[in-house]
Amino acid sequence: MSEQDNNGRNGKRPFSFHTDLSVFMPATEEEKAQQDIMRPSSTFWRDGFRNFRKNKLAFGSLILLIIIIFTILIVPMLIPYGYDEIIRIDGKRDKTLSNLKPMQWSERELEAKANGKEIFPHILGTDSLGRDYLVRTLYGTRISLFIGFFASIIVLIIGLLYGSISGFAGGKIDLLMMRIVDIIYSLPDMLLIILLSVVLREAIGDKIQGTFLSKLGTGMLSMFIVFGLLYWVGMARLVRGQILAIKENDYVLAARSVGASNARIIRKHILPNCISVIIISTALQIPSAIFTESFLSFLGLGVAMPMPSLGSLASDARGAIQSYPHKLLYPALMICLLVLTLNIIGDGLRDAFDPKLRK
Amino acid sequence: MWRYFVKRIALAIVTVFAVMAITFFAMNAIPGGPFDTEKASEPAVKAKLEERFNLDKPVGEQFVLYIGRLFQGDLGISMRNGREISLIIKQSFAISAKLGGISALVAISLGLTLGIIAARYRNKWPDRVIIFFTTLLQSVPSFVLATLLLLVFTTQLKLIVAWDANKVNYLLPVISLAMYPMAYITRLTKSSMLDVMNEDYIRTARAKGVPRLSVTYKHGLRNALLPVITYIGPMIAYILVGSMVVETVFTIGGLGQEFVNSVNNRDYSMIMGTTIFLSIIMVTMNLISDLVYKVVDPRIDFS
Repeated sequence: MSEQDNNGRNGKRPFSFHTDLSVFMPATEEEKAQQDIMRPSSTFWRDGFRNFRKNKLAFGSLILLIIIIFTILIVPMLIPYGYDEIIRIDGKRDKTLSNLKPMQWSERELEAKANGKEIFPHILGTDSLGRDYLVRTLYGTRISLFIGFFASIIVLIIGLLYGSISGFAGGKIDLLMMRIVDIIYSLPDMLLIILLSVVLREAIGDKIQGTFLSKLGTGMLSMFIVFGLLYWVGMARLVRGQILAIKENDYVLAARSVGASNARIIRKHILPNCISVIIISTALQIPSAIFTESFLSFLGLGVAMPMPSLGSLASDARGAIQSYPHKLLYPALMICLLVLTLNIIGDGLRDAFDPKLRK
Repeated sequence: MWRYFVKRIALAIVTVFAVMAITFFAMNAIPGGPFDTEKASEPAVKAKLEERFNLDKPVGEQFVLYIGRLFQGDLGISMRNGREISLIIKQSFAISAKLGGISALVAISLGLTLGIIAARYRNKWPDRVIIFFTTLLQSVPSFVLATLLLLVFTTQLKLIVAWDANKVNYLLPVISLAMYPMAYITRLTKSSMLDVMNEDYIRTARAKGVPRLSVTYKHGLRNALLPVITYIGPMIAYILVGSMVVETVFTIGGLGQEFVNSVNNRDYSMIMGTTIFLSIIMVTMNLISDLVYKVVDPRIDFS
C-alpha cells in the first residue's frame, strides 16, 4: 500500500510525475452530458444575419428591395412595349397617343379596340413622344440601380486595393499615399464631377464609337470614370484605418509567432475583421450614387437620350409639371423608395454586423 | 497646435491649386478652341482673339498666365455673351450667399432643436416622429422636393406668388435647400447627445443636484455640438451645390443658376470660372470648420 495525496501522486516519491490511475473515476453519463454543446456554434455571418432579421424595418426593406428588383426584371417582359418604342397603331403614328394619363386610351386605340383588337393598356400613361411610361419608369429604375451598384463596386475595388496596400506597407509609402488621398478628399467632389462629366462627354465621345462601351453611352461612362477617380478615397481611408488597427492586435502577433504567413494572416485574421465595415460602407454608397446620378441628370449630364434613368425621367417631367404632374410623381417616388430602402438596409446592416459603429 | 494649423492651411492651398490645374487642363482637353464657333470668323480675327487670350502659346505657359491673371481676380470672359466672368460671379453670388446663409441658419437651428428633442424623448413618440421624417427627407433629391413644393404651394394652393420681378420670395427655396442638412444635423445631434449624456461628468453634475435643464444645455449640448461643427464644412458644400438645383427650379438667378446655364450652354470659360470660385469657397469653409473644431475642443491632440 502506498500513501497517496489528493493528486494521486505516489507518497514515497513526491516528485514523480507518474500518476496512479486507480484514484480517478470515470465520469458518469450525467457529467458527460454537461460537456455537450447545447446549441450549434454560430458563425459571424449567421450571427449578423440573425440580428439583421430581428430588425423588422431593415428586413422589410430588404424584402421590398428584392420585390422591386424582381419587378423591374420581369414586368417589362410582360408588357409588349419597348422603353424606346414610339407606339404605333397599325403601323401609323398616333398624335393623340402622347401624354396620356394613366390607364387612358388614345382615339385611334379606341377605334382599334372597337374593331375587336386587343391592346395592352398604358398603366402609367405615355410620355410626350408616345412611349409607354410604365416601361420607361421600370427601365429607369433598372438603370439607376445598375449605376448605383456598379459605381459602388468600382469604389469598393479601388478603395480596397489602395487602402490595404497603404495600410500594409506602412511607413513612408503609407504617408505618401495618404497625402494623395487627403488632397483628393478635400477636393469639392460634386463640382469636379460636373466639370469632368462635361469634359468627358466631349472628349471620349468619338473614341468609344463602335466599341461595346458606346452602348453604355458617354454620360454613364463618364459617370463611372468620375466615381472611379474621386469617390474611392473615403473607402481607401476606411480600409487603411481598419487594417492599421487590426494589424496591432495581439491575435495577429500570436498568429505570426506560430509561423502564419502574411497571406494567411490577411485571409484569416484581417479580412474577416474588417469585412463588415467594408460591406456596410459599400451598401451605403449605392443610394448616394443614385442621388448623384439623378443630380447629374437634372443638369442634363446623365445617361444618354433614349435610355431613361429615374433622374432623367424626373427632370424631363419638370418641363410640363403644370399639365402632367403624375409624370414627375412616379420616377420621384421610385427614387425615394429606392434610396429609402437602401439607406434603411445599410443602417440595418451596420447595426447587425458592427455594434461598434452603432449610432 | 500651430504645426497642425500650418499643415492644414498648406493642404488647403495645395487643394485649391489642384482644383485650378484640374479645371484648366480638363477644359483644354475638350476638342476645339473657344473661338471655333459655328459662324466661322475671319482667320485674322481669330488669330487676334487667340493672341488676346494667350491661346497661341503652349499649354504650360497658358496655365501659368491663367493662374497669374486669376490672382488678380481676372477669370476671363464668358464664351457665350462676352461678359466679364468675375463681374457675373460678383453679382450672382450675392443672391446665392443670401439664400445659402438663410438656409444654413435654418438647418442648424432647426436641426439642433429637433435633435435635442429626439434625444430627450428617446424611443418615445416625439423621437419616432422626428426620426421618421428625417429619414424620409434624406431620401428625396432636392430638385424633386423643390419642384413638388413649387407645384403644391404656388399652382395648387396659390399661397405663394411664384415669381415677382421686384422681390424674391426666399421661403420655398430655403425650405428645399435646408431640409436635407437639417435632417442630417438632427440625426447627428441626437446620436452625439445620447453619447454625451452617458458620460460620467453628466452623472456627476446630476448627482451634485444641478437642474436637469442646466445639465442638458451646459454640460450636454456644448459637448454634443462638436460633431455638428465638423459637419458645417460639408454642409456649406452641399448648400452651394444644392443651390444650383434650387435656384434653377425657382429661377432666382444666383450663381448656381449661372453655373447650370453655363453647363447647358457648354460655356467652358464660365464653367471654369465658377468651378474655381466655388471650390475656393468650399475649401475655405472646410478649413475654417476644421480649425474651429480644434480650437473649440481642447481634448484633441495636435500631433
